Amino acid sequence: MWLELEHVSRRFGARAAVNGVTFRLPRGSIGCLLGPSGCGKTTALRCIAGFESVDEGSIRAHGRLLSTPQFTAPPETRQFGMVFQDYALFPHLSVLENVAFGLHGLDRAARRRRAGDMLATVGLADYGAAYPHQLSGGQQQRVALARALAPEPTLVLLDEPFSSLDVDLRERLGFEVRSILKALNATALLVTHDQQEAFAVADMVGVMREGRLEQWAAPYQLYHQPATRFVADFIGQGVFIPGEVLAEGAVRTELGVVRADGRAKWRVGSHVDLLLRPDDVIHDDSSLLRAEVRQRAFRGAEFLYTLRLPSGAQLLSLAPSHHDHAVGEHIGIRIEPDHVVAFDRES
Amino acid sequence: MAVDAAVVHGHARGERRRRWPIPAFVLLLCVPAIAPLAIVVGSIAGHDPEVWSHLSRYVLPEVVTNTVLLVVGVALAAGCLGAGLAWLIAMCDFPGRRFFDWALLLPLAIPAYVLAFVAVGFLDYAGPLQSGLRAVFGSSDWFPSIRSRGGVILVLSLTLYPYVYLLARGAFLTQGRCALEAAQTLGLSRAAAVWRIALPMARPWIAAGVALVCMETLADFGAVSVFNYNTFTTAIYRAWSGMFSTQAALELAAILMLFVLLALLLERRSRAGARFVARDAACEGRRIQLRGAARWMAAGGAAMVFTAAFAAPVLQLLLWAAKHASSDIDARYWGYAARSMLLAGSAALVIVGASVMLAYALRREGHWISRVLVRIATMGYAVPGTVLAVGILVPLIALNNAVHDAARALFGTSAGIPLLQGTLLGVLLAYMARFLAVGFSPVESGLQRITRSVDEAAASLGVVGSALVRRVHAPLLRTSLATAALLVFVDVMKEMPITLITRPFGWDTLAVRVYEMTANGEWERAALPAVAIVLVGLVPAALLTRRSAHVA
Repeated sequence: MWLELEHVSRRFGARAAVNGVTFRLPRGSIGCLLGPSGCGKTTALRCIAGFESVDEGSIRAHGRLLSTPQFTAPPETRQFGMVFQDYALFPHLSVLENVAFGLHGLDRAARRRRAGDMLATVGLADYGAAYPHQLSGGQQQRVALARALAPEPTLVLLDEPFSSLDVDLRERLGFEVRSILKALNATALLVTHDQQEAFAVADMVGVMREGRLEQWAAPYQLYHQPATRFVADFIGQGVFIPGEVLAEGAVRTELGVVRADGRAKWRVGSHVDLLLRPDDVIHDDSSLLRAEVRQRAFRGAEFLYTLRLPSGAQLLSLAPSHHDHAVGEHIGIRIEPDHVVAFDRES
Repeated sequence: MAVDAAVVHGHARGERRRRWPIPAFVLLLCVPAIAPLAIVVGSIAGHDPEVWSHLSRYVLPEVVTNTVLLVVGVALAAGCLGAGLAWLIAMCDFPGRRFFDWALLLPLAIPAYVLAFVAVGFLDYAGPLQSGLRAVFGSSDWFPSIRSRGGVILVLSLTLYPYVYLLARGAFLTQGRCALEAAQTLGLSRAAAVWRIALPMARPWIAAGVALVCMETLADFGAVSVFNYNTFTTAIYRAWSGMFSTQAALELAAILMLFVLLALLLERRSRAGARFVARDAACEGRRIQLRGAARWMAAGGAAMVFTAAFAAPVLQLLLWAAKHASSDIDARYWGYAARSMLLAGSAALVIVGASVMLAYALRREGHWISRVLVRIATMGYAVPGTVLAVGILVPLIALNNAVHDAARALFGTSAGIPLLQGTLLGVLLAYMARFLAVGFSPVESGLQRITRSVDEAAASLGVVGSALVRRVHAPLLRTSLATAALLVFVDVMKEMPITLITRPFGWDTLAVRVYEMTANGEWERAALPAVAIVLVGLVPAALLTRRSAHVA
């Protein structure tokens, strides 16, 4: 394991910003801490970088102990690259000098060569002589990445690296950053509040809430097998429908009995809330199960319908674009979840 | 999250290093500002009925009336002048607007005492204007006397209006014409919109400018001396160096500080108000196109102020200076200049050094006590120079006497020990108290521009400590440090009362020379040293105009 956090806590006064976080990140993979603002993800990242000490637990990287409550290895000794939210480029240095800043123990020519190579990697080979303020936000972001990667760090930390870019650029740069990191076989940890970004860039995603790590898993698993109600809510869209467990993989709801190859361990007869994603609710004109269209959002390739059941409960349904129904119309639906995801009934 | 992380970061480091979070030098740097105030306030305790009865009978009635009327007059005149010009420049269009935009700031380069003696020399009975009038009309008795309360108010208003102008202009420019246009769409006439929208929106800034003007007027010593107009500052000076009554000087200083406190409160309150007025930055509306007579009246008004406050006095100064250059530029003149530069240079060095230490102390610890202490250390800018000078010298003399007594007791003689109050120490301490704020604010804002993430980026790349300062902070701070040094340098060059009272024997500077010449009524011969002061003063005025051009 390349990066290991064991029960890491960091308190500010009485408030635990990070609370018993444990995860492992293998070498060469990209991890992401995802959560709403104030969930402690940035503090966790700063603990890993060494800017914050830890109050409990330990942080190790490639076997070396970096942080314990008694000891904090200074950031400059950790050999981690870091990309800051505001990029923190040095405004008095040219782009090339920025990238060469962290290259120690090389002669001048070698430093410039290495920095030039890094700039080429991020696609800014022609901008070495420019100054940071002459670049666009996206270009500055790539310079910050090149600067962090130039000293061949054992781990790259990225703190909300795309948050100050516009949406278009954000998505494109997400893929770009991923391919650059993968090309260099770098190990990286990203912090973001944007689920799309997390899924686009990371191999492993940890969802954080109020200092705790709710789940650490691959994006596919997070979406389809959320460990907690919060993760289910935070990742993707969906609604909860009350139901009663009949048998393993079968839940009775007002939509009938929903079956799937669920691994959920539920006591037969217990009351649960069943998670239904928009893609679990299939539009089927031949179905006898009808629901009224309350809202429709046209998204180009598809419609997202908000439906109302006779009981008043609401559902989301994703339908191909040619299924064009007006608000107030009753349409047929079919429930087809891949996995049954259910949580204890919320009282 | 970023915010609390930053705050707590400071705490974490402090805990690790030591329990006591305030570096000792921060406390030490508060002394020059605190000591004079403590001495002045303490003097009330050492109340001497004889001194007081003399003051209250012969000094206070005149001084209080003069000071109050002067401050009210200057505040009104400079306020109207500054706000009116700012309105014209920021909101309207008329011939010469671009020129006057920056030219109206140039009077900042001329110290009040220089404009004062030029005005008196030019407009007085024996001056060139009235002589000319007499040559034409036979008499000039109808010409109003410049040596009057109105004359002092006029001169101080013409030198101090730029404070109001600068702040009000910024307020008018940034509040934009959009608010005005919005008001007009809601049915207000243009004139009504100005009264009900633009002025109220700019009021906090105008008030802050007027408060600064009040403080400068209360602190003024040189200009009122030229007019023989007795205010607190001149009374303190006479009590100190004429009557040799420390107690009288200190009691007068204590009363003056009450007035200063009022002005300071006004400034603080208006600044607090300024926070609540939204400034929408890039709201670019159309300027009001003045038509017909209004165009030329606007241009004429701006031209008149510019001429009276800058062009004419500078021209007169140059003429007088040229006239006496051949006889007066001698070794003595270069001596004045050299001592001025030496004092200003060493003050700049000491104050910028202290500012850097304070700014780094705040950056590293960020403890609230440090913040309060830095506030205290930099509050001397509000204290009039005469008060500071007296307040620094009194404890210094006491310390000197104690040292010499001790030396005599120990060695039988104190011959080898210099007089503390006669060294540069007293001058530099008083400068430090008065001008630390001038040096500190550019250094602090320069250091604040280097975000914490820049430091952290450097640390993550293995660069910390002195390498961080050398490779990142020093190059980024260079301009701020130069600005701070320049501002302090120029302020000390212009400074008169502190230098006059605390200078070591023989340390006559350009400003002191101007004082001596004007005290003798030799206006023309005061011009030569004054020209040097004005020239140096033009540098920061030019910097300021360049910076304010960016706002526009």
